[in-house]
Amino acid sequence: MKKEENIDETTESPIDGEKRDFLFFTTAGLAVAGGVATAISLINTMNPAKDVLALSTTEVDLSPLEEGQNLTVMWRGKPIFIRHRTKEEINDANIVDVERLKHKASDESRVKNPKWLVVIGVCTHLGCVPLGQKIGDSKGDYGGWFCPCHGSHYDTSGRIRKGPAPLNLEIPPYKFVSDDIIKIG
Amino acid sequence: MLKKLLNLITLISIYLVWIFPANSADSDVELIKQNWPFSGIFGRFDKASLQRGFKVYREVCAACHGIRHISYRDLKGIGYTKDEIKIIASEYEVIDGPDDEGEMFFREGKESDKFVEPYENANLARLANNGAYPPDLSLIVKARAGGVDYLYSLLNGYKEFPDDFEASEGMYFNEFYPGNQIAMPSPIMDDIVEFDDGTEATQSQIARDISSFLAWTAEPELEERKSLGVKTIFFLVLITIMLLGVKRKVWKDLE
Amino acid sequence: MDNIEKSEIKGVLGWIDRRLPIFTFINHNLRDYPTPKNLNYFWNFGSLAGITLVIMIVTGILLAMQYTANTDLAFDSVERIMRDVNNGWLLRYIHMNGASMFFIIVYIHIFRGLYYGSYKSPREILWMLGVVILLLMMATAFMGYVLPWGQMSFWGATVITNLFSAFPVIGDYIVTFLWGGFSVDNPTLNRFFVLHYLLPFVIVGVVFLHLVALHQFGSNNPTGIDVKSEGDTIPFHPYYTVKDYLGLGFFLIFYAILVFFAPNFLGHPDNYIPANPLQTPPHIVPEWYFLPFYAILRAVPDKLMGVLLMFAAVSILFFLPWLDRHKIRSASFRPFYKQFFWLFFIDCIILGWCGAMPAEGIYVLIARIASGYYFLFFLIIMPFLSKFEKISNLPSSISAAVLSEKFEKDSD
Repeated sequence: MKKEENIDETTESPIDGEKRDFLFFTTAGLAVAGGVATAISLINTMNPAKDVLALSTTEVDLSPLEEGQNLTVMWRGKPIFIRHRTKEEINDANIVDVERLKHKASDESRVKNPKWLVVIGVCTHLGCVPLGQKIGDSKGDYGGWFCPCHGSHYDTSGRIRKGPAPLNLEIPPYKFVSDDIIKIG
Repeated sequence: MLKKLLNLITLISIYLVWIFPANSADSDVELIKQNWPFSGIFGRFDKASLQRGFKVYREVCAACHGIRHISYRDLKGIGYTKDEIKIIASEYEVIDGPDDEGEMFFREGKESDKFVEPYENANLARLANNGAYPPDLSLIVKARAGGVDYLYSLLNGYKEFPDDFEASEGMYFNEFYPGNQIAMPSPIMDDIVEFDDGTEATQSQIARDISSFLAWTAEPELEERKSLGVKTIFFLVLITIMLLGVKRKVWKDLE
Repeated sequence: MDNIEKSEIKGVLGWIDRRLPIFTFINHNLRDYPTPKNLNYFWNFGSLAGITLVIMIVTGILLAMQYTANTDLAFDSVERIMRDVNNGWLLRYIHMNGASMFFIIVYIHIFRGLYYGSYKSPREILWMLGVVILLLMMATAFMGYVLPWGQMSFWGATVITNLFSAFPVIGDYIVTFLWGGFSVDNPTLNRFFVLHYLLPFVIVGVVFLHLVALHQFGSNNPTGIDVKSEGDTIPFHPYYTVKDYLGLGFFLIFYAILVFFAPNFLGHPDNYIPANPLQTPPHIVPEWYFLPFYAILRAVPDKLMGVLLMFAAVSILFFLPWLDRHKIRSASFRPFYKQFFWLFFIDCIILGWCGAMPAEGIYVLIARIASGYYFLFFLIIMPFLSKFEKISNLPSSISAAVLSEKFEKDSD
């Protein structure tokens, strides 16, 4: 039987041809799907690992911080400035005319509890860490922070008032998990 | 054609089985084999057993042995909730620092910390244990020929020294330990731990639970690995069968 | 140089092809390429080896992103990969078992060459390039195994690097130079990591040369008879592309069984113990693919001779085309050679088994006999058979051989 069929290759019926293509395409499709799934699994290894994610939130106990004091904590590799603001500082932040700010934002919109200001301590100009957290640091012309790299001045709400920085100091995602404890991230 | 390939695979398998003796325990004694719920293609951990085993670890083993590769957050894998993990972690004191005065200080454990070890360093560990270093248990099940069966056998293998045995000072006789002399005294016995779920704490039950727990610390990915394995091999078999069809179709044209 | 006709491919692809003939190249070498029509499944292993190389490089690069090559941190970085990196355990087990798969594939590929005379003229350089690839693979695998810095990593490295001290006069200098110190330590680990990352790309280069050499004369085939006409060949695509995919399917199933259900079967438990320079494991064993050579090394009582003989065991493969000059290529038509070949195959398995056993008692005797036959096969038996094995009647061509086989099958 086999010997007779050897020469003529064009005798396949159209249905056979279709069946053949269907098998080819289904197989190829499945193989590609498998390949893609494998590739995604492997590339996923480059995403943040579990130990990195575990450090992606930080809880901070604010109770030891007295009025007028600052605390700096690390979060996701960046410094977070926490300030227990005095009444004057809160007042200074509130009386500013929002319309005249470079980056318009009210103090209210930047705090959850006005007593506590929580900002990312990275200058929005080119990324230096502004001064103002330690005793003896210059706080700039607006009582907040001063970036020595190119002279940006931030106020007591962390907003840019003078200098080349385009934006206010970024507020990280945080929430109060109790009266004295915030969870950042 | 396929037959030759299969023959070769058989031969290679025989070869591999031949090498296997190099990996089994040296001792002539056969291990006490157990049925473990996590063995086999569809194996899964029994979380209740793992939690009992964890209690055994904390109350019996942790005095001398660390599990430094496990983080408290990993306990999610044996069925604890986030809150329960927070409480467990906070029961440990972790060294942190230096603070602004340059001093190291203690603080409560967080879920992101790794398990605190019983000794600050190996030398202290040896000092406290007659010169013997109690090995870290994170990987012990993978680090011993015979795996979890070896561990279970070891824990149940303590006996009196036979009369003709030359015992060294401070050692104990164990049927399964290579050389039969082990520096660790039998760590478990009936009721040395009380289980929260009411399971009777016989020595063999305790041995079973701690062995399961350590099988988990060595291979926390086991369940994911096996379930992904089943899916992958099913998929590969399917595709290979289809490829066989395609190959035959393509080659049919030829004489 | 060559006056190749302008590519006739249309459109953008043609525009590219006329300036950089990738598509013509692919067509010529992977599509239309005339391949003997009678290749059996043992011809799948070349492409499988290439695919395994790619798998190893991809998984290796991803692993290298998470690994730290420092004696204090290496072991822990691997455990971090296993536990914290997303799918890290999968990545590590694929890479670890991939090394074993690579050697299984390449050993079968080599045995295929030995059986069917693929090393004979005009494929001598093709064969020798293959031996170079084997040597590079062995170096790469040896250094790779050191990286997790387990007990076997450290002690295997110590034993094997110490071998070089066997060389008279300069031996100790060589070893100190290799170590970068006075024992296997951080400098050693660091350089092994760098070289382990580098060599696979050298392998890629040699594989390329290997394929160029292959395409000079095309594949050998089970009859060992040269292609005489177009009727003896079929285009590589779709016949062998589809057959290679099928082979890949079987390979992946076997590979997946290892990775997912027996990931540590081919490994050694001692490597899950962090390296301790003060404590030697009771049995230092290399990975399974080195066992036959390890057996030969230990079979010789003299240290230097053992080292030389072990190197000779691999190097002798280079000389194969001149050790066996019998006019017939394939063992299918050489009944005597065939017998000795299978004995040799079993001998290699026995050698491997000896390598896993302690070097005492009866194992020493068996290892010596097995090593003896290993060299006897290459140095005495092959040249002897070259001269004296009777040349039996060969089929006139591949097509004739295929037809007569069919005739036998059908008339049964």
